[in-house]
Amino acid sequence: MAFLREPWPWYVAGPLIGLIVPLLLMLGGKPFGISANLRHMCAATLPSRLPFFRYDWRREGGWNLLFALGVLLGGFAASRWLMPGGYTVGIADATRADLLALGLHDLSGVVPAELFGWEAVLTRPGFMTLVVGGFLVGFGARWAGGCTSGHAISGLASLQLPSLLAVLGFFAGGLLMTHLLLPLLL
Amino acid sequence: MIHTQTYFVVAGVLLGILFIKSEVLSWYRIQEMFRFQSVHMYGVMTGALAVATLGTQAIRRLGVRAWNGEAIVIPQKQLTPHGVRYWAGGTIFGLGWGLLGACPGPMFALFGAGVTAIAVAIASAMAGTWAYAALQSRLPH
Repeated sequence: MAFLREPWPWYVAGPLIGLIVPLLLMLGGKPFGISANLRHMCAATLPSRLPFFRYDWRREGGWNLLFALGVLLGGFAASRWLMPGGYTVGIADATRADLLALGLHDLSGVVPAELFGWEAVLTRPGFMTLVVGGFLVGFGARWAGGCTSGHAISGLASLQLPSLLAVLGFFAGGLLMTHLLLPLLL
Repeated sequence: MIHTQTYFVVAGVLLGILFIKSEVLSWYRIQEMFRFQSVHMYGVMTGALAVATLGTQAIRRLGVRAWNGEAIVIPQKQLTPHGVRYWAGGTIFGLGWGLLGACPGPMFALFGAGVTAIAVAIASAMAGTWAYAALQSRLPH
């Protein structure tokens, strides 16, 4: 039963995540992709005359918004009942050393409180992470027409060249940020 | 009979649980990945991709129908000239991924897991989406 309250190794969790793709196809021909929800949320809440937001978001995105709500609920349930309390993610020692060198002090929890706590939002590192990071993710996902789920998983799974280009971009951007920009920004 | 919409919530719950159990929603794991210091994230993504590919190709080749009997059509992303939108948009996304350490799916799971300040990132991602919409006609695709 300990298995139920511990993080799972990649060879258990990875394949299970992959099953979501055929599951959504079987449930109604839906392509796995989360970031479109950001568009649906804009269309639903922000009044706009932009053509990009003039569509029937309920009809097109209703299922996906429910799916995202499920992800939120799953995160709630699993963090509360399916994980050890107050644990620290078992990252590599080398990563730990790099992050401390970057100026972080406390590497406990699932994310560092110095970047993800409410009290961090108006500090430079917190603002960079949440506000700038969030903006780039939203902007880039729509320009590229998908995110990690839509391109790196379901797009590549259906053998699409555009998704390969997008995934190469994801890693180019991530490496550039991690190795060159992050030390300047945080 | 349970409404189909309920199944989408259930599928989401399963994914949310897996995001937590696999730790892919952890900023630390994303940093570890971009620093090539562990196989963990690469293993998760390769495992997910292998199963997703097998499932998708099986559905395609065997002509499997959806639960409601409809034919399954897998939407194709259109290859644009030089694929500019894919690599350029992808790079912008990657810059954000390296900073925020969370892609859109994990953002929702983090909120559920009690990291409520991620709402700021979700709102900011909506602002980014809106900015794309405003610039769409002027950006190369």
